[in-house]
Amino acid sequence: MSAAATALKTRFPEVTDRVSGDHAAVNVPSDGILAALSFLRDEQGFDHLADLTAIDWAEGAVPRFTVVYHLFSTARHDYLRVAAACTGDDSAPLAPSVVSLWPGANWHEREAYDMFGIKFEGHPDLRRILMWDGYPYHPLRKEFPLAGIEAPLPDLEIAEETKAKVLAAPMAGGPFVASSGEMNLTEAEPRAKDQSWNERKEKPE
Amino acid sequence: MVSANTELAFDRKIEGDVIVSRVDAVINWIRTNSVWPMPMGLACCAIELMAVGTGRFDIARFGAEVMRFSPRQADCMIVAGTVTYKMAPQVRRIYDQMCAPKWVIAMGACASSGGMYRSYATLQGVDRILPVNVYISGCPPRPEALLDALIKLQSKIKREPSGKNLFVA
Repeated sequence: MSAAATALKTRFPEVTDRVSGDHAAVNVPSDGILAALSFLRDEQGFDHLADLTAIDWAEGAVPRFTVVYHLFSTARHDYLRVAAACTGDDSAPLAPSVVSLWPGANWHEREAYDMFGIKFEGHPDLRRILMWDGYPYHPLRKEFPLAGIEAPLPDLEIAEETKAKVLAAPMAGGPFVASSGEMNLTEAEPRAKDQSWNERKEKPE
Repeated sequence: MVSANTELAFDRKIEGDVIVSRVDAVINWIRTNSVWPMPMGLACCAIELMAVGTGRFDIARFGAEVMRFSPRQADCMIVAGTVTYKMAPQVRRIYDQMCAPKWVIAMGACASSGGMYRSYATLQGVDRILPVNVYISGCPPRPEALLDALIKLQSKIKREPSGKNLFVA
């Protein structure tokens, strides 16, 4: 248990330990996350937000979304991972923006918004960062298939001219499995487990 | 007895300053040996594309060393890399800005078919938005493969009815 986590728990009794395989990690209630992060930055020396990411716990789970902050202190050389559940409903989860604490959070929050649809309140410019403006889905949500969902191209003029659109691209013949062991590379290449189906022929149930 | 005529080449003394040929042959000869590529570098294939321009592989041997970063000055778009759906309309717009006659080489697995990126974000082959003349396999292809594609494209250009196409809108 790191000194910073102990200090945080002394200051905020509602903070609990979080299971972690490497660095110290804590769960913070969603209404106290900004105060806890401010405390960590100003009084515990966590001057660097190494990463900000989110978890989708699948449809029906409570809470559905969790935002995870990976903090690093350049003075103490210590990492701390802080997790806080999102408020709001499944279609529009809410989390407070931490751009005011670490300006580097700006693009991380835009990415989490793009991929999960989490609205970061107080973000100065909450736009999509990877997918294009106007894309109707949030691809890293559990209900979104990896193959994708049909949608129009970003540019309607080009879409009309080329008749192309965003199409679902299932892994034809998948899943693919690579062989291991002492064999040559040609034999070890990933191969389709079930080759009886492809894009034109439906996958047998 | 008739002596064999060994002078098969152009003879200035006999023919003067006139050369007779087919317009297709002349136009295609010029086009074949001055393909100006538009390097549409989108991913790691672009690194191999750069290698093709270096002295080791030397695309200049085939007259295609003039990489033009303006589509107005290029006539062969080399799509080198993964075409995302976000980038696809821009690729098509750049292609539309190129002057005819123009050709397209889809370099590598991603540009040809989406490659390993069978996902929501990747166009499954650039041929869904523009006409491709030559596909290159590989991930990424060796520079020699691009040279091979260029030679294949040149042999295609040589067979084009260019003279007739001059009068087609």
